[in-house]
Amino acid sequence: MTIQEVSTASQKAGADDADRLVKDTGAPVPVKKRSGGPWPVHFWRSAVGKKWVMAVTGIMLLGFVLVHMIGNLKIYLGPGEINDYGEWLRRILVPALPRTVFLWILRGGLIAAFFFHIAAAYQLTRMNHAARPVKYQGGRNYVAADFASRTMRWTGIIIGLFLIYHLADFTWGTLNPDFVRGDPYGNMVHSFDKWYIAAIYIVANLALGLHIFHGAWAMFNSLGLNNPAYNRARRYFAIGFAALITIGNVSIPIAVLTGAVS
Amino acid sequence: MHVNLRVWRQAGPKAEGHFEDYAVDEVSPDMSFLELFDVLNEQLLADGVEPVAFDHDCREGICGSCSMMINGQAHGPERGTATCQLHMRKFEDGAHITVEPWRARSFPIVKDLAVDRGALDRIVEAGGYITVRTGSAPEANLTPIPKEVADWAMDAAACIGCGACVAACPNGAAQLFTAAKVSHLNLLPQGQSERYERVANMVDTMEEYFGSCTLHRECEAACPKEISIDFIAMMNRDYVKAQFKNRRLIAQK
Repeated sequence: MTIQEVSTASQKAGADDADRLVKDTGAPVPVKKRSGGPWPVHFWRSAVGKKWVMAVTGIMLLGFVLVHMIGNLKIYLGPGEINDYGEWLRRILVPALPRTVFLWILRGGLIAAFFFHIAAAYQLTRMNHAARPVKYQGGRNYVAADFASRTMRWTGIIIGLFLIYHLADFTWGTLNPDFVRGDPYGNMVHSFDKWYIAAIYIVANLALGLHIFHGAWAMFNSLGLNNPAYNRARRYFAIGFAALITIGNVSIPIAVLTGAVS
Repeated sequence: MHVNLRVWRQAGPKAEGHFEDYAVDEVSPDMSFLELFDVLNEQLLADGVEPVAFDHDCREGICGSCSMMINGQAHGPERGTATCQLHMRKFEDGAHITVEPWRARSFPIVKDLAVDRGALDRIVEAGGYITVRTGSAPEANLTPIPKEVADWAMDAAACIGCGACVAACPNGAAQLFTAAKVSHLNLLPQGQSERYERVANMVDTMEEYFGSCTLHRECEAACPKEISIDFIAMMNRDYVKAQFKNRRLIAQK
């Protein structure tokens, strides 16, 4: 890799070595072009704008995982409850709208939220890598960054890959030989009976918990929600949310594996 | 005391750099880290080796010149101090200390440990001022400012522009610097008329040179003035508002 560094040194006169060397570093070359365009485009092109979009889409996704987990927990009420709930989701706003139409509107919002969340993450990662092309040669000693914040990209990728598998397992049924449409209870029990599939779900939900632990805290700063009155509560909110989602979701494959649900 | 230094040596901006090992004896625990380098350079001169170039000026923690990555931490292990205020008593006898320059694409290495931090000046030029005719000092009680506001603005104004936030940030972002420079004016009545123009221009300029914030909080931990990341949240909010604000109505509350 060629190492290209830029300088904004002015051409001021200087007698000593350093000043002469500074001139060699060249004329100002910004890393990134100034963003232009009409306001939504300009806003998206700025990193602060992308982080705002990540926070807003993150809130939408948090809402989804919460509702999804609550729905999952109906497995403990037996096959009737959870299968009825699955059918109810398809019938929301029926007869005002035909069956599954409202569900597809929700899914559309969800797909858009995932798209913008991932697109922003990808572009910001590229920008951040460009901002430090030469790493610290003597290594780094982190003092504040925690495991969750430094693994956001990895937990994000794990969740993304899991999402595709999860859809293939329980929505499309393409990777699930025992798949029966409209019987979420039976599908969950059949899948989680296999320890390796249960393990995939447990690992993915632990990654999701870590992702939420950092994201549900960081989003307040990205949105500029900062007030000494509630700053401390933001961390508790993130811990609570991450714990709730992880424990709720992980309990299900464990319950099936241990035979509590069958 | 005796210390073993591993120092980044680089002849010039385009030269290939490498670590060089130096042993320094007779180090006083009361020496500052920069004084350790003075001793090292005397020793190098006596040996006929070119001394290590490093930035320094006031040596009392207020100018923001010193800039060393010490054992992988900007300004070294002690919180709330610049390299010049870091004393050798913080290290053990016989310690191995690795020193390298700030690393960021927009902080090109000039020589050895000296980097060009001109990009930070570009950010300040974009809006880190208020446009007023300066004359004699105005009547101090003309514009009442609550004590809490004045204190908080002063906390932001404590930024010495050393670039440790950029150096410490895993993303090479200058958010803490820019947020401090935006906030110390945006918090005060005198900064209000250019508030949204300032934040938009300074953030857009910052992003031309640096990375983005992912809330690792390394900047806050490295900052010799312990500036809070709360200022970053404030800058983010003002930047978003700046996109939507009808600036013709800015004088209305």
